[in-house]
Amino acid sequence: MSGLLERLAAARKEGDVAKLADAIPYARWMQIAPENNTGELLTRMRFHDTLVGNTFLPAIHGGTLGAMLEMAAIFHLLWETETETVPKIVNITVDYLRSAGPRDVIAAAKVTKQGRRMVNVFAEAWQDDRAKPVATANAHFLIKADDAPPSL
Amino acid sequence: MSSGPNLADRDQRLAVFQQWFSDAIPHNKALGLKVVAVRRGFAAMQLEWREELVGNPETGVLAGGPLTAMLDGCCGMAVATMLKEAAPFATLDLRIDYVKPATPGQAVIAEAECYRITRSVAFTRAFAHHGDAKDPIAAAAGTFMLGTKGQATRPHMAGAVAKP
Repeated sequence: MSGLLERLAAARKEGDVAKLADAIPYARWMQIAPENNTGELLTRMRFHDTLVGNTFLPAIHGGTLGAMLEMAAIFHLLWETETETVPKIVNITVDYLRSAGPRDVIAAAKVTKQGRRMVNVFAEAWQDDRAKPVATANAHFLIKADDAPPSL
Repeated sequence: MSSGPNLADRDQRLAVFQQWFSDAIPHNKALGLKVVAVRRGFAAMQLEWREELVGNPETGVLAGGPLTAMLDGCCGMAVATMLKEAAPFATLDLRIDYVKPATPGQAVIAEAECYRITRSVAFTRAFAHHGDAKDPIAAAAGTFMLGTKGQATRPHMAGAVAKP
């Protein structure tokens, strides 16, 4: 995705990470975008009605929490590491800890282990209190384009 | 044995599950998830390719997120087919292996199986593919906590899905 890497270079020049989300149709549709106005790279999923998975509680759909944790990991890798390619997700395991109410969800990611070809990333998402995460995830990404299997 | 009444039963069952697992769940409805098969311990859904679900605009390949939401929903529906009576439950964890990118423009089918259910936990696995389950796009394993708080948003399974 050279478009995203070009946008990454432009976003770095301006210091505005939010521009990264504009290049990804799914991120725009979901209203998931990175922000770095606190000095820490965070990813926010703005609440909107189509995120709801349970109308009685009400609660945000678990699938969307997995999706935003995955996006948070990708934005973190793009912004915080010297990546030469767009990371390709291999797998992700999401733990659901609490039900997420009809409010914005914020996520932060960190690299647990950086290898030459593979990186292991941890991400957590919360709403009102960072000490009470609604979901956490571990994911693996391939980070070297020429090492990816031809199908990826 | 006439197949007429069985087909009518099947269509009615699909309509019930379509209502409860897609139309009544805003995110599933927004994705346009279509329930294509349901029986005891098994559920299948279909997701049409759309531009706004794309992760990479240069290739048109779907993002991981829509597949995650679909596999979560499909595994949950497989759990619901195993319940003797309507009761709320929640996803405990979900693992997804992305084994091959989805082909741009093609619909994705998810097939989930609930292979074990206990008093507290239900165990599921699922595959997503383009029509050939032997050539998957993604594989998933999900566990669900049963008897969680909240109101059941599910139809009464004992009536909706006959035991074999």
